[in-house]
Amino acid sequence: MIFKNAEVVFKNGVIRADLTVENGKIAAIGAAGEGETVDCSGLTIFPGLIDMHVHLREPGFERKEDVLSGSRAAVKGGFTQICCMPNTDPVIDNKVVVTYLKARAKEVGLCKIHPIGAITKGQKGEELSAIGGMKAAGIVALSEDGKSVLSSKLMANAMLYASDFGLKCLCHCEDPALSDGGVVNEGYNATVTGLKGSIRAAEDIMIARELCLAESLDLPVHICHVSTYSGVQLIREAKARGVKVTAETCPHYFTLTDDAIRSFDTNTKVNPPLREEKDRLAIVEGLKDGTLDCIVTDHAPHHEDDKRVEYDRAAFGISGLETSFALSYTQLVKGGVLTLPQLAEKMSGAPARILGLVGGELKVGAPADLTIADLGKKWTIDPKDFVSKGKNTPFGGREVFGKVVYTVVDGGIKYSLARGNKA
Amino acid sequence: MNRKDLLGLYDLSAEEIEEILTLGLSYKAALKRGEKEHSALKGRSVITLFYENSTRTRTSFELAAKFLGAKVVSISVATSSVQKGETLVDTGKTLDAMKNDVIVIRHPMGGAPKLLADTVKAHVVNGGDGMNEHPTQALLDMLTLKEHLGSIKGLKVAILGDIRHSRVAKSNLYGLTKLGAEVRLFGPKTLLPEGLEREGAIVCSSREEAVKGADAVMGLRIQLERQKAGNFPSLGEFAKYYGVDEQVLSHAKKGALVLHPGPVNRGVELSSGVIDGAQSHIEDQVLSGLAVRMSVLSLLGKEERA
Repeated sequence: MIFKNAEVVFKNGVIRADLTVENGKIAAIGAAGEGETVDCSGLTIFPGLIDMHVHLREPGFERKEDVLSGSRAAVKGGFTQICCMPNTDPVIDNKVVVTYLKARAKEVGLCKIHPIGAITKGQKGEELSAIGGMKAAGIVALSEDGKSVLSSKLMANAMLYASDFGLKCLCHCEDPALSDGGVVNEGYNATVTGLKGSIRAAEDIMIARELCLAESLDLPVHICHVSTYSGVQLIREAKARGVKVTAETCPHYFTLTDDAIRSFDTNTKVNPPLREEKDRLAIVEGLKDGTLDCIVTDHAPHHEDDKRVEYDRAAFGISGLETSFALSYTQLVKGGVLTLPQLAEKMSGAPARILGLVGGELKVGAPADLTIADLGKKWTIDPKDFVSKGKNTPFGGREVFGKVVYTVVDGGIKYSLARGNKA
Repeated sequence: MNRKDLLGLYDLSAEEIEEILTLGLSYKAALKRGEKEHSALKGRSVITLFYENSTRTRTSFELAAKFLGAKVVSISVATSSVQKGETLVDTGKTLDAMKNDVIVIRHPMGGAPKLLADTVKAHVVNGGDGMNEHPTQALLDMLTLKEHLGSIKGLKVAILGDIRHSRVAKSNLYGLTKLGAEVRLFGPKTLLPEGLEREGAIVCSSREEAVKGADAVMGLRIQLERQKAGNFPSLGEFAKYYGVDEQVLSHAKKGALVLHPGPVNRGVELSSGVIDGAQSHIEDQVLSGLAVRMSVLSLLGKEERA
């Protein structure tokens, strides 16, 4: 199959080219010969996007999302590979759940799905989970997801033991004694709404601890969904010292501030919380200067019942797979922060490298994982159009640029804007 | 007043507040004359839906509605964040289906009255929501000030104590500043939230600074669990450094009004001498509360429900 006349995003620039795919791999780049053709005039081909922080909710919470609906949302959003977090029921803390998810992913057959295992059994923070067994079954990383491992000693052991299996810990950073039931950022907007705030230090203290552990043990660590200006600075300083740290952030942290909570719209409730303009600007700067390596969605789909309640009672999280690319392109590329190759790095190259996944770059011989988008296309986000079961977005009504037109996984078109999902 | 609900003073204009106070003053005068039979809400119904314990606020709302001629039903819902009951939205829909006209809601979570108001056709009055607002309490404080001092404009009002958890302090701040008063706040740093300067408050660094030359001094009820949560060492220390006694009050303007939303912890936020002293208007506030709630209910409830 030949993807003809596209603008192709390479590491060092964007070149008009034809991309020939054979046997699921990129066979040639450049002027192509004869064959089945997909006209990509006016479209841009990115290396298949990778989201290393997704909640698929299966097993256990299929009312919110399942492997099929999550996969459909992923390919609609341009993602060819996603990593699913372990806060399911049962928790992904043993090889049986990992094997189940791998089988479900194969059955659905839309995007590649890589499970992430819990650091501790049942996410209880007491004993290490079956890390070796889960690695053999296919996990690509470890995460306690949604909380920190409170014992610093156990966390150090987790990092050491994980390194024997070539695994990294992806760290949700939160000191629960400090966040203390807070549901929004502590500050002016928390005061005016009367909603309980959580101070930046609740996140920063755990970021600092993970950095200290990584430095002491000389092991890599990855910091999840950074939301504070001070957290960005901690990571920047650690990188300058040579600490092996990588870090991610999400579209909502570089797009919104906690002004959004003033409506009491529970779709603005997310953990860590939306913060202030100085944080938003620091996140943008961190993406620009490389302190923040990648963009993830932290896709957290919820049933309407979990959100149509008092703000304090509502579930944390934003359904993000179907808006991430457009928000990132609009805010960062059209906003003059990143070039197209840099956006591809944040959404594909870096996640592949951090987790050791195959992909992340368009080159001959690589799997034909492609995200093909119409960057000129302006559209309005409407949760009613989501294929995810989670319609929970604070971005409804927002105008964005960049629409995914085709998502190609191993050479097969798994989503097309004209025809919808293949499964 | 042309609005469906009263959710907070943050949203009200100065004119709307004045309208409520003016009508409230006339109801208060009538109450003092012993006139308790009014007809503004004749043929209407009022439900008080309380998710939090309350004696005075609930009684005040219910009497206000009854004096206006409304049929009144009260619902108490035991609630906690762990308890699973009917959702607020479902409860609202049920009450709305009964063609009820006004719901007064008190709820431990900020924003709950807004969620209810967005759900129901009935008028919704916020009877206190979490740490957000308690508009009728602030209105009754303002009514008391207006009655005794003539006008709110130019007054200096000191509010002391647990500002962080106080929906009363916030509603007073919004309302008083809208009518041109100067609001000074003071309390322990652990109980003083960020950003109230942006709403026009003067955040003071001592009791004396807050109280100096004030026309009114308001104490706030401190909950014992705040001490347990580590916000201050003991009630004794709170009283000593953050409470109001005769000595502190002597810095205020001569004859300054002492206010408190009640119930008072004697000897903690206010000394007994201050509570029982000549400047105390705590009992008078109760009658103001009844009058101002009659005003709010009649202004909202006179309109047919949507």
